[in-house]
Amino acid sequence: MSTQLSITRLTKIFEPGTANQKIALNNFSLEVKKGEFITILGSNGAGKSTLFNGILGKFFPDSGRIILDGEDITYWKDFKRAAKIGCLFQNPMRGTAPNMTIEENLALAYTRNASKSFFAVTRKDSGYFRELLATLDLGLEDRMKTKMGLLSGGQRQAASLLMATIAKPKLLLLDEHTAALDPVTSRKVLEITGKIIEQNQLTALMITHDMNQALAFGSRTIMMDGGTLVLDIHGSERAEMTPRKLVDLYTDQSGQLLSDRTMLSL
Amino acid sequence: MHYFEMLLSALGQGAIYAPMALGVFIAFRILNTPDLTIDGSFVFGMTVCAMVTVAGHPVLAILAGTAAGMLAGLVTGILQTSLQINAILSGILTMTGLYTVNYMVLGGQANLYLQQMQINESGVEVPVASQTIYKMMAAVAGNGEVSSLILSGLIVVIVSVLLSLFFKTRPGIAIRATGDNEEMVRSSSINADRSRTLGIMLANSLVGLSGAMLCQQQRYADLGCGNGMLVVGLASVIIGQALFGRRGVTLGVVSAVIGSVLYRMILQGAYQIDMPSYTVKLLSALIVTVALVMPLTKEKMNTMRIRRAGEKEAYK
Repeated sequence: MSTQLSITRLTKIFEPGTANQKIALNNFSLEVKKGEFITILGSNGAGKSTLFNGILGKFFPDSGRIILDGEDITYWKDFKRAAKIGCLFQNPMRGTAPNMTIEENLALAYTRNASKSFFAVTRKDSGYFRELLATLDLGLEDRMKTKMGLLSGGQRQAASLLMATIAKPKLLLLDEHTAALDPVTSRKVLEITGKIIEQNQLTALMITHDMNQALAFGSRTIMMDGGTLVLDIHGSERAEMTPRKLVDLYTDQSGQLLSDRTMLSL
Repeated sequence: MHYFEMLLSALGQGAIYAPMALGVFIAFRILNTPDLTIDGSFVFGMTVCAMVTVAGHPVLAILAGTAAGMLAGLVTGILQTSLQINAILSGILTMTGLYTVNYMVLGGQANLYLQQMQINESGVEVPVASQTIYKMMAAVAGNGEVSSLILSGLIVVIVSVLLSLFFKTRPGIAIRATGDNEEMVRSSSINADRSRTLGIMLANSLVGLSGAMLCQQQRYADLGCGNGMLVVGLASVIIGQALFGRRGVTLGVVSAVIGSVLYRMILQGAYQIDMPSYTVKLLSALIVTVALVMPLTKEKMNTMRIRRAGEKEAYK
């Protein structure tokens, strides 16, 4: 299978030369195959979110390259690479415009590969959006003219997920996107996430603090620490892995204990 | 009959200032950006319109005034986005700079009457009032306030319809979303900086249009005309909102226009109780302040009521 995302020796140092100097990414390299779904573990400050922000172009790296689907996007502007990358964050408010309707929100996200119609929401698009919303099984297809801000966190996150994947991105980034939801809603959104990734055969990276989740989803699990890759498991090794063993492995690898939060989720 | 005339006058003035109120609505409500360019772009629209009118092109003059406002918006937009200057400061910088520009446009004077020198039958050079769109309308529909009201009203209706439609188009929702959640716009692969700049240009082009219309209607341009224009626009938007609430964008457009007319009616009422005309600015500031404080007052009164009821319940 061909490589979809290739990150080579990515380094980012924040506030270099000051007392606050922080090496957020330290020679980080990762090859992601097309259609691969990788879960990412690591304690707070390990560089997971920094990695995502780097891929998204929120900052330019000090060194290293990011190649997505054969194109070197290392120095592309953030909105330009957004045409190829879908992302979802912990806060459901981040991905949607509260004062616009569900339909308009989807239309905006769909701008990436919709036909260049004059009006933002054409009848054809509207029908497509309705179909998509129906797959969420949340009844949102009957509330397309409702303002996004009136939905609950879980509903908004599910809608954001549709928006992030509506243009069939080359890469989907999920940064603890269910962490702010209650357990039932969280499970539901995760379920939908898995379904969408599978149906569209998306290449995806998912950050999580939940060991069970990390092993249950996707086909490969990596762990980060101090801005580098410390663990990379897949195949039979991963199939035999348990959350408990994962913690032990991590402790051996990084020489430190995981955060309480990760331990508690065992 | 007296009240009918008052109503006509309020409608006429309200219509002329309505595009300006729409501009304020776009900047403050849709883009969520305090844009102080407005005082300057209003006068810029006015002065450019005056020069083109005096040159003998009344219709072109209105368009030129609109374009002038748009140019002012472009400058503010670039200051805000590409140069990352704080939104309020960007507007103030443009507005301040425009004072000089406006002075220069009028040929180094603070005001200009719309008239040209012509030689009459007796061979004497006399000033003749320039042709304006309002005079052209009067030639068709007869003299008086009714005809200019019809013309201003027509312009406002066309602008409002086009604007409402525009906000349903792709660039239109991009501008709305930029004001609502800029990060989401960026992650939808839309250039949010460009959307923001376009929005500010659109807002100020409407303000320029308003200045141009006022210029031809009152037949002179004056650098002082823009003072406090932002507050007038905000008052209009807030009054409209008090009536219609903050709902969809089309209703927002309608409420800004109606707010502009209501604002003029309130002023008319103030004149009726013999308030001198220089009190207008203070009155506008008071209207805006009261309207802005209203939600907070309501909430405070509500919590007080709940507390009182709760204490009564506990210690009865």
